[in-house]
Amino acid sequence: MADNQKMWAELGMNLEMHDMLCAVLPGAIGDVFMSQENRPAAMDYFDMVLADVHGLRPAELVEFRKNGGKVFGTFCAYVPDEVIVAAGAIATGLCAGSQFWVPGGERYLPANTCPLIKAMLGARFDKTCPFYRLADVYIGENTCDGKKKAYEILGTDVPLHVMDLPQMKRPKDYLKWADEIKDLKELVEKVTGNKVTEEKLAEAIKLINAKRAALERLYALRRNKNVPISGTDTLLISQIAYYDDPARFTAMVNKLCDELDQRVADGVSVAEGKKRILISGTPMAIPNWKLHNLVETSGGVVVCEETCTGTRYFENQVDESGATLDEMIQNIADRYMGINCACFTPNTARADDVIRLAKESKADGVIDVNLMFCQTYDIEGRSLEERCKAEGIPFLGIETDYTDNDAQQLKTRIGAFIELLG
Amino acid sequence: MSRKYIGIDIGSTASKVCILEEGKEPVFEVLPTGWNSKITAGIIKQDLEKRYDDLDDAKVVATGYGRISVEYADHVITEISCHGIGGYNMIGRDCTIIDIGGQDTKYINVVGGKPIDFLMNDKCAAGTGKFIEVMANRLGLTIEELFELAEIGEPISISSLCTVFAESEVINYMGEGRSREDLAAGVIDSVALKVATLVQRKELQDTVIITGGFSNNEFFASLLSKKLGKTALAMPDGRYAGAYGAALLAKQKDK
Ligand code: SF4
Ligand code: SF4
Repeated sequence: MADNQKMWAELGMNLEMHDMLCAVLPGAIGDVFMSQENRPAAMDYFDMVLADVHGLRPAELVEFRKNGGKVFGTFCAYVPDEVIVAAGAIATGLCAGSQFWVPGGERYLPANTCPLIKAMLGARFDKTCPFYRLADVYIGENTCDGKKKAYEILGTDVPLHVMDLPQMKRPKDYLKWADEIKDLKELVEKVTGNKVTEEKLAEAIKLINAKRAALERLYALRRNKNVPISGTDTLLISQIAYYDDPARFTAMVNKLCDELDQRVADGVSVAEGKKRILISGTPMAIPNWKLHNLVETSGGVVVCEETCTGTRYFENQVDESGATLDEMIQNIADRYMGINCACFTPNTARADDVIRLAKESKADGVIDVNLMFCQTYDIEGRSLEERCKAEGIPFLGIETDYTDNDAQQLKTRIGAFIELLG
Repeated sequence: MSRKYIGIDIGSTASKVCILEEGKEPVFEVLPTGWNSKITAGIIKQDLEKRYDDLDDAKVVATGYGRISVEYADHVITEISCHGIGGYNMIGRDCTIIDIGGQDTKYINVVGGKPIDFLMNDKCAAGTGKFIEVMANRLGLTIEELFELAEIGEPISISSLCTVFAESEVINYMGEGRSREDLAAGVIDSVALKVATLVQRKELQDTVIITGGFSNNEFFASLLSKKLGKTALAMPDGRYAGAYGAALLAKQKDK
């Protein structure tokens, strides 16, 4: 830990303030994770990563940069890691899921901005997150208005490149996204001094496909009648996916899945008699485990997340048959354009996804959870509810933020929803 | 002697108790919750033990805001389920329940005797009992007086969505010398409007009943009916719906 302090100081972090964050983490981990019963042994790895979240991986990034490596920070499931990895660089997610960073963000943003965006700016300007210090270049994207404007502010403090994400899904939009990915490729080539060759890009596609496949495997295991792993544990894994080393992460997820295969064969369940819940909605960045914790301590078990810390992150693969750089980039663009985010119009495919996933995971009900002031998801919640109702799937809509102010009320609403499913 | 079933509804303002016994009318009790619901739960227990000497095998279900404070409860069930079951059994048929509680307002739809859908205000205290309480204090009235004055006043529109802002709006009107009757009418009118707005996206059945602290108030019921465009029935024992439902569920769970 002494090494951590030194590293954080060298990264120019605000140590005093950061200590406050470090002080609350162990308690939160204990309450949310360690209190669960019958956890898979292979969660050890993810617990370790979490327990030293600002130490282990940052230390690797520091080493990497000492040797001339470059780190790119990203904020959205649409930004393709493949291109960054192909240039020999590291991609790390910078999404921020703690109330700790929100007041810092409110110095720059109106209070009625989504907490994820506020936390983004807070984490940067408060200097309390090593990942924000370690990323050489940030990659933003034109998604929601809040993020768009926040990138302008972030860009005054750190090199930042914004990708212009289309907001519709016509054939020309797929071409346009490929074009944007080409620009990203040129940028990472310039920053790293490394060429993205066909060979390297093909390798990177395989690497990230393998990571997605591992997550797909993990999520498929949750569909079993005997749920072998809690939603809270799975959420942690999905969050770690954004910033861990891809090859190691894939190996660890597969190791966990081997254990879960055995659990399924033995009929082991972590959720005997609990109601199966699918959670849809906005991303849950680390350390936001609020909803999962509430559901899983109120008689439910989360069996799937249709979120960017869930299926939107890993569903669909990049076609590996591309031979030229252009083909590969188009294949990458096509895969990412398959994500269904509420920033797009129309976005009826997202409701199709939710219905399909609810059926696949045999969910008893859907809880749509949106971050406060996220207009696009909030508005879409209504049509999602109508679709679910039409399919006979019970639906509960929740709007919440990173604070615990509404925990009591949410416990009642979620508890009642689960009672009604019985 | 037959087994007793006890429902305890620890609300944010008042705590309600219902005792059910084979062949007897349900007994209802109410007491203020005070600042500590654990203490309230203790008082209820002592009180029950004083009055009945055969509680050893009684079954207790706790509900309401402070439900987890009732450590001696056999089951803990949310107020949504309890109000649903209680309201349904009070009226004796499928219905839509609008519960105006001290802290929140709930919509519960009961079909086939079962609560199947619900909604709770999640934004703020406007449209809840808290709002009425704050405004009564501001106007120097008891809640009963507020309702009485409201009946003879001409409602002044109070448009703020937030209790704190609504309070300053009322203070402004007071400064302008508006009458207390008109302000009281405005307060009650705004609560009815907010409740109606809350439930506008939801299905209302032919029978709509009001439960919670103001459920026996005919004036409020008629006002709410106007806003809903549907008759909302005042329920004399409506404030006990949660406790009654809890007691009924205690019985059901025992079978
Ligand atoms: S919700 Fe939309 S904008 Fe946000 S990370 Fe996901 S894809 Fe990107
Ligand atoms: S949750 Fe909504 S408002 Fe927040 S960053 Fe994502 S899309 Fe934007």
